[in-house]
Amino acid sequence: MKTYRKITWPALLLLGVCLGGSVLMLRAVDKVRGKQGTLEDILYIRSSKALKRLSLGYSGLLADIYWTRAVQYFGTKHHQAEDVRYDLLYPLLDITTDLDPHLIVAYEFGSIFLSQPPPAGAGQPDKAAQLVEKGIRENPDHWRLYFTLGYIHYFDRKDYKAAQLAFQKGSEVPGAMSWMKIMAATMAQHAGESSTSMQIWRKLYETSEEPAIKQNAVQHFAALQVDEEVKELENRIRAYRERMGQDPAGWIDLVRVGLLRGIPRDPNGKPYLLMPDRTVQVQDPDKLPFITHGLPPERKKTKRP
Amino acid sequence: MISRLSAITFNTFREAVRDRVLYNLILFVLLLVATAPLFGQISIGLDRLILINVGLSAMSLFGIVIAILVGIGLVSKEIDKKTLYTILSRPVRRWEFIAGKYLGLVMTLAANACLMAAGFYLALLVTAHGFQRADAGLFVAIYFIILQFCIMTAITLLFSSFSTPIFSAIFAFALFVIGTFAEDLRNFAALSHGPARWLVTAVAYMVPNFSALNVISQVAHDVPVSGSLILYNTLYAVLYSAAATSAAVLIFERRNLK
Repeated sequence: MKTYRKITWPALLLLGVCLGGSVLMLRAVDKVRGKQGTLEDILYIRSSKALKRLSLGYSGLLADIYWTRAVQYFGTKHHQAEDVRYDLLYPLLDITTDLDPHLIVAYEFGSIFLSQPPPAGAGQPDKAAQLVEKGIRENPDHWRLYFTLGYIHYFDRKDYKAAQLAFQKGSEVPGAMSWMKIMAATMAQHAGESSTSMQIWRKLYETSEEPAIKQNAVQHFAALQVDEEVKELENRIRAYRERMGQDPAGWIDLVRVGLLRGIPRDPNGKPYLLMPDRTVQVQDPDKLPFITHGLPPERKKTKRP
Repeated sequence: MISRLSAITFNTFREAVRDRVLYNLILFVLLLVATAPLFGQISIGLDRLILINVGLSAMSLFGIVIAILVGIGLVSKEIDKKTLYTILSRPVRRWEFIAGKYLGLVMTLAANACLMAAGFYLALLVTAHGFQRADAGLFVAIYFIILQFCIMTAITLLFSSFSTPIFSAIFAFALFVIGTFAEDLRNFAALSHGPARWLVTAVAYMVPNFSALNVISQVAHDVPVSGSLILYNTLYAVLYSAAATSAAVLIFERRNLK
């Protein structure tokens, strides 16, 4: 009994200290290996056929693991990390969808990652379209994949004819939403207009169940709004100069002459900045990742459709 | 204390080495390593790569199986044969018995790993007709495999301190499988929200992390393993094994052996 009591506390102390220490060491190991270590490890075997055999029939489970790693690495880190290995994304998605050809979210979400230009995505729209086309081959009854394909052709490949065709084909799938037909018609008549883009983002937001896709749609929608507002504000600054013969000192000058109703604000509620060179900028461009207008000169991007 | 510990350690080592299952498994691994060059001939240009992958994976898997098979009997055999009572009637404390058993089995597994490594390097020599500079990096993978054995032995000993051999084997093997996917478990934790996140994170840190100790693919592709990873993995294995052995001591101290 005496020995039993003697050993309990030292053993408990050792257990606590060692367990705590092992957690700290594990965190240190994680820092050394990084998230990429996990990704590169799994991509040493790039043959999905070999992986299917190795999975002993649990290929669905393996696909889920691959997909989780893709989301963990590319989904949460892509805005901060400078050295993201986007070259690993397509092989990872290709293997994932080979292991489980019916993993719809991998086609939808993965293709958006692939198609968007850096730093938000890999900037590989051709591969994104290839991935969604594979999804359509495997899941021909899933009309939303046609919508995703049309979206990629429209926004990132800027191939309006292919986008129209994708929306058209998708509208013919049983159970497809009626607006897919309208979308196809809009492509034919108003491709390239910002109202068309807004319509696509709205539909993507309304029909997606994935929070990340919805968030992406909201950010694009906000970016289109900012682009329109910045253009309009710069027009009004020019109008002020023509009327008053001098540049406005601030937004209040435009309000006084009736060119604005109040201080203009971006979708995040922050006032737009009126710069000395009569251009308009947003205060926090990091919170509006897809804008092409209102950026500081060193962060200017190409124009979207 | 040291003399009592070393007596139990060396006795455990001697007992384990005499075990027939042990020799069968070693023979099996050596056969597997010896046939690896044949796999290489099927896959043109990949003989060295396949030999490393097959050889080291077999070494790891069979070592784990040995750790479980021998580990589950460490306590129960002594109780069944009633030799435990003889040992504990002498001036040997229960924690010394557990610690000695642990060290004895780790010594056995380390000796096995060295034997398997010798066979593996022999097969490598036959396949590649000589050694390359990168082959030295394979020692790191073998060292990490021995660290895996240290952790697995402590876990098996922990389960065998309170459960039957069959259940100990099932628990230990299940924990090995979970530990192999420990990083994915942490990835799942990072993606979840609310209380589930805390729960999964806690579980992910409690289970042994075998994935960080598996660098077979890395060394097979001649990618060097950093010194800091070797240091942290060593400390991790030592701390985790010490924690599991302490838990085994705590349980065994309370166990009614009458």
